[in-house]
Amino acid sequence: MNNAVMATMDANEAVASIAYRSSEVIAIYPITPSSPMGEFSDEWASQNKKNLWGNVPSITEMQSEGGAAGAVHGALQAGSLATTFTASQGLLLMIPNMYKIAGELTPFVMHVTARTLATHALSIFGDHSDVMACRQTGFAMLCSASVQEAHDMALISHAATLRSRVPFLHFFDGFRTSHEVAKIQVMDDAILRQLIDESAIKAHRERALTPDAPKLRGTAQNPDAFFQAREACNGFYTACPQAVKDAMAKFAQITGRKYELFQYVGSPDAERIIVIMGSGAETVDQTVQRMQERYGEKLGVLKVRLFRPWSNQDFVKALPKNVRKIAVLDRTKEPGSIGEPLYQDIVTALREARDTGLLAGEPVVVGGRYGLSSKEFTPSMVKAVFDNLKNATPKNHFTIGIMDDVTHTSLDYDPDLNMESDDVVKAVFFGLGADGTVGANKNSIKIIGEETDNFAQGYFVYDSKKSGAITISHLRFGPRPIRSAYLITKANFVASHQFNFLEKYDVLDYAAPGATFLLNSPFGKDEVWDQLPREVQQYIVEKKLKFYVIDAYKVAKDTGMGGRINTIMQTCFFAISGVLPREEAITQIKKAIQKTYGKKGKEIVEKNFAAVDHTLAHLFEVQVPGKVTSSIKMPPIVSDEAPDFVKKVSALMLANKGDLLPVSAFPVDGTWPLATTQWEKRNIATEIPVWDSSICIQCNKCAMVCPHAAIRAKVYPGESLAGAPETFKSNDYKAPDFKGSKFTIQVAPEDCTGCKLCVAVCPAKDKSNPKHKALDMAPQMPLRQPEKENYRFFLNLPEVDRTAVRLDVKGTQFLQPLFEYSGACSGCGETPYVKLLTQLFGDRAIISNATGCSSIYGGNLPTTPYCTNKDGRGPAWANSLFEDNAEFGLGFRLAINSHKEISTALLKGLAPQIGENLVREILESKQDDEASIAAQRKRIEALRLKLKSIQTADARILEQLADYLVRKSVWILGGDGWAYDIGYGGLDHVLASGHDVNVLVLDTEVYSNTGGQQSKSTPMGASAKFAAAGKSMPKKDLGLMAMAYGNVYVARIAFGAKDVQTVKAFTEAESYRGPSLIIAYSHCIAHGYDLGFGLEQQRLAVESGYWPLYRYDPRRAGVDQSPLQIDSNPPKARLAEFVKNETRFRMVERQDPERFRRLLAESDTHAARRLALYQELAKPLSVGNGGNGASKEN
Amino acid sequence: MDLSTSYLGLKLRSPLMSGASPLADDMDMVRRLEDSGAGAIVMHSLFEEQITGEKLATIYHMELYSDSYSEALNYFPRSEEFAMGPDQYLEHLRKVKQAVAIPVIASLNGSTPGGWTDYAKQMEQAGADALELNTYTVATDAQESGNAVENRTLEVIRAVIDAVSIPVAVKISPFYSSLANFVYQLEDKGIDGLVLFNRFYQPDIDIELLEVKPTLKLSDSSELLLRLRWLAILSRQISPSLACSGGVHTGRDAIKAIMTGADGVQVVSALLRHGPEYLLKLREEMVSWMEENCYSNLREMRGSMGLARCPDPQAFERANYMRTLHSWGAT
Repeated sequence: MNNAVMATMDANEAVASIAYRSSEVIAIYPITPSSPMGEFSDEWASQNKKNLWGNVPSITEMQSEGGAAGAVHGALQAGSLATTFTASQGLLLMIPNMYKIAGELTPFVMHVTARTLATHALSIFGDHSDVMACRQTGFAMLCSASVQEAHDMALISHAATLRSRVPFLHFFDGFRTSHEVAKIQVMDDAILRQLIDESAIKAHRERALTPDAPKLRGTAQNPDAFFQAREACNGFYTACPQAVKDAMAKFAQITGRKYELFQYVGSPDAERIIVIMGSGAETVDQTVQRMQERYGEKLGVLKVRLFRPWSNQDFVKALPKNVRKIAVLDRTKEPGSIGEPLYQDIVTALREARDTGLLAGEPVVVGGRYGLSSKEFTPSMVKAVFDNLKNATPKNHFTIGIMDDVTHTSLDYDPDLNMESDDVVKAVFFGLGADGTVGANKNSIKIIGEETDNFAQGYFVYDSKKSGAITISHLRFGPRPIRSAYLITKANFVASHQFNFLEKYDVLDYAAPGATFLLNSPFGKDEVWDQLPREVQQYIVEKKLKFYVIDAYKVAKDTGMGGRINTIMQTCFFAISGVLPREEAITQIKKAIQKTYGKKGKEIVEKNFAAVDHTLAHLFEVQVPGKVTSSIKMPPIVSDEAPDFVKKVSALMLANKGDLLPVSAFPVDGTWPLATTQWEKRNIATEIPVWDSSICIQCNKCAMVCPHAAIRAKVYPGESLAGAPETFKSNDYKAPDFKGSKFTIQVAPEDCTGCKLCVAVCPAKDKSNPKHKALDMAPQMPLRQPEKENYRFFLNLPEVDRTAVRLDVKGTQFLQPLFEYSGACSGCGETPYVKLLTQLFGDRAIISNATGCSSIYGGNLPTTPYCTNKDGRGPAWANSLFEDNAEFGLGFRLAINSHKEISTALLKGLAPQIGENLVREILESKQDDEASIAAQRKRIEALRLKLKSIQTADARILEQLADYLVRKSVWILGGDGWAYDIGYGGLDHVLASGHDVNVLVLDTEVYSNTGGQQSKSTPMGASAKFAAAGKSMPKKDLGLMAMAYGNVYVARIAFGAKDVQTVKAFTEAESYRGPSLIIAYSHCIAHGYDLGFGLEQQRLAVESGYWPLYRYDPRRAGVDQSPLQIDSNPPKARLAEFVKNETRFRMVERQDPERFRRLLAESDTHAARRLALYQELAKPLSVGNGGNGASKEN
Repeated sequence: MDLSTSYLGLKLRSPLMSGASPLADDMDMVRRLEDSGAGAIVMHSLFEEQITGEKLATIYHMELYSDSYSEALNYFPRSEEFAMGPDQYLEHLRKVKQAVAIPVIASLNGSTPGGWTDYAKQMEQAGADALELNTYTVATDAQESGNAVENRTLEVIRAVIDAVSIPVAVKISPFYSSLANFVYQLEDKGIDGLVLFNRFYQPDIDIELLEVKPTLKLSDSSELLLRLRWLAILSRQISPSLACSGGVHTGRDAIKAIMTGADGVQVVSALLRHGPEYLLKLREEMVSWMEENCYSNLREMRGSMGLARCPDPQAFERANYMRTLHSWGAT
């Protein structure tokens, strides 16, 4: 009967496996956390895996979720079985098509990892706000609560949609379920075939649009017809629940796993129950059992599976007979509603049940919100909800899991209550992203899940930073399926894979009394105790922890593993946790290594084996002294000098304790303070640059390329050096512009990420020892303290006079960056552009930022990198959505124009009182350079003074708007995913509008933030997700398309190849009073090489002709020259030289060398043809070149 | 005209073969080489560093950022097809073997003992008719004696010979204190052939940028002379097959190599410059010269100018050096 085999996987894989096999056409678009479903499908297709009918499904990446929905709609209408995967904003973009698909009664399943919708802020994490926005579309909605359920419900929905003709939205909780790795029973094709009704497929095909039997759909109907026609589908919705029940019954017959539309678990005579959907139901289920065992309370949980169409009969039938009080939990918030959707449904359902005689009495119902954006939902919270029901009048419209000290909605709960059973092993691992901890833990789960009878669960918490990111792995192993859909707080095993975490995080807070603690430590078993902070010692002594150490980095080095300590730490875990007998564990680890790397080469396997074998000899138990002896204290999270908000709010978030913050700690509308990264001293670089002032040629290129504004240049008067720290370095400034001044290059030792770009770009070599340059890398630890003081002194040196700086590479780097220490990847190729933008225009810039890497490093809490200058001016920044960024930015411009128009009118009106001269000067100011802008600011100051004495309403309005008379710089930032794909329509429109906006496209040639999916910017021959075999189409020429308008300033730049041109492009684009587009080559981790070579690769990209540099300036037209000027030399390197260094290309070569050579040859030809075209366009026209840029702003 | 020869125990229709180079990387090129009369094809060298280093590096770059960030658990497609280094080489070797009837000689390049020598066996399994082992090494360690360098190289060669049953040729550099003795030791290890010589790619330096610049210079006929001398010296002393590699650009060059004792003649630079069809021209030049001078096959000329048989053997030894110096002085 039961053909299922056990396997460990996350829900994304479990669902994709069903969807893939049950579909013929799959249209996808990446969005977290659903992207892996599309990626799995694409990979399986590239491996020629077949669906149930022996075909490889067609996988198509679209330009947006809206596009994906349109494509599946078309595929369905043409008779295919189609599916798609999405979440959050992506799901919102599908809504218009969802109405259509449902209105046309089309069998279809979409799988959704339920995720928070962006409101006051974006969140990638899980709740039901997205799916709840679809409950009105006519889709059936089926919810899964666990990885196993997601696998099962995926199939049930594919089966039921075919039978019912009602399309299905199958959803499960983003991250908590989609990314949880669990041991499940997987279904083979035979099971799928038994559920999928071939006759229903035939019927679906018969309804297809075909010219051989033409049909017509999508008519426009009028008042006489629409209403009745809309009601014509009712029967299908009435029948749909039965179709689901039938599928569930058949499924149970085959697999033994029984599901119901509304599944009640708990005491049959429970008086208090919770109604809930999603992974929270698992936690309630577990808690109900435990509370019965522990407190003898008779409780129950009603799990809602089929939320739409709602079957009231089934709902009432599922209720326990004696139920008196019901708490309905919603994982969403609908501000202003009478209650959240599930609550409202239950109230209505019960009322109707009573009215129709289905139910005698009517229980008390209260509703509450929980778990927004993956907020923890734990057994103690469940207990609090049940306890609330004990009250005579239970609190309604409550929240659980937070402290609401403003509107007092929250229920109290006991965070220390432990409801987990003792036979479950719980392990927590702290690691660095780069050390492979998560990968090793996923491996361990596989080993335990697949090689023993134990059930296993893994959930991984990641950092909000992309460089030096911390990961926390939560692993459970036990004899029964694990229903704990929440993080571990009391672990039997805690490991810290990095020694310095002990100073930053409360690692051992996670340890249960008597737990085992494993530490990767450079100090041996006899020395380590004295190196631990007091707080850590205290935990070890008080909780009576067993304490082990290993110097994993040494073992890794000795065995040729480099910095990867994953295998070593995994071996330690098995050696001391006792989850498996030691010998067996080692055999299994080796088996897993063989499986992972076997195909990739014997050497790698051997190195890993050696690491495993060496580990045990270096693993030691530490004899713990009976008392705390250390004088080392955990340093404060942020400096005492930090602003109050940072100390009270940001610091808690930085310490991983943000959950403790009450509602009152937060701004009401998502507004967040700038300049907070400076308080987060991350100290993630092991080496930092050291400046040798004696050979430095003062070119400032190091500061220009630094992605984190962690190396800076200043020119300042000699007298400012008074009181300089002893090791502070300074030299005479060499150029004539600031004659007699001093010059310093200073590194921010605690903010540097150690990417080495500054050292790579440094041209100043020691002539007698060229190995030594004006910048060399040196270990950070010994430099930290002195350089910290030097940096503090440096920051207090006077800033340069902006009006006196020449705006070239060198000069711009004396300007204060107003974007610093972001969480971008070490060596990021985007952030140097963003930083340059803020140096040039930051004090008057307003930035609209498309969702993506740049919005994440630009605005992902806990800290914010955009900052202000000494006058309090700096970039105003906002992220609206992914798709609307250009339009959002245009809105900024329209508002600024309007403010300016109003203030101009008021100014003119008040001219007699203000003084005609001042008014004329203000209105006539060109504001085309720093000096004239500074002068205008002065005039506005004078204006304000005058206005003080004018007692009219107009004067008050002008006071408020006067700053808009100073020129503002509107910037629209985003990646290629936005500009080339999802936002292209809007971008095109904004460019065509003629308005004065500046668009900066940070072109990494893939969707970087979501993990390297191809965009239309991906080059031919490069491998990317959704183009695993290498993209076969050339990169879209966005610049050429924009040039076609004739009035758009367009520049294509690469700061690593020609920084002079980069700076020129920025200043020209900004000065142009029409639309400007800068396409900036940005090296990226998704290209697959050490980003320390990023500049070198940029140079090769340009020299090989792959990335020609140009500037198209409409102002040049008509003066006997072409607007287009090519700034790069004719190609002198071969394309092969550029591509050979990057994994994205090498992968294609490895897979199919011949195809790669063909693609490379085609790219070569394409590049040559494109260059020839540019050269043609760069020729002046003898008869003039049209208008000189019809811009709307002057 | 009979241009057939026996090299490494393989019967070749012509002594002219494409030497180890990227020429054989392209299937179209491979077919053109065969159509142009190549006696055999030597594939490009699979480097020791490629087998170990690059593979580790690629995996490193693919894994480095995986599982670190919630929105992107990795940054590259998890392709099962993604072959690393040698697998790709072996796959290509298989394809070349299928495409042509002439012998295909695989090439390995390495100088330190280690796991990479196992790939010799895999090359054999993938269908290689013979192996060419390139022992390119620059001895930079002042602590390592010439003897130690030689022993290390011999150990590598031993490991490869033990691993396979197909013939193994060794490609060496001319820089040994006693080349003849080293070759004697090679013979003792059981090699089937010797390729004279490796060409060293000598880096240049940039005196403005203070940087080392890798350079690749194609050979010309002047490089042939060194090969001729050693072919002449060695051909009388050892039994393994000899191949000349480096400096053959004309039919006459090829004839010189054969006359000094070569069984095979490898051509690279000329083919890179003029394309595989240049082999036809070389052959034509050889044939017309042989016709003019009444040779009917290569056996008649092979080794005729070797040390054992040439009329003035000292000329290949020290005397030639003196004479050359004198001639410089005279001009």
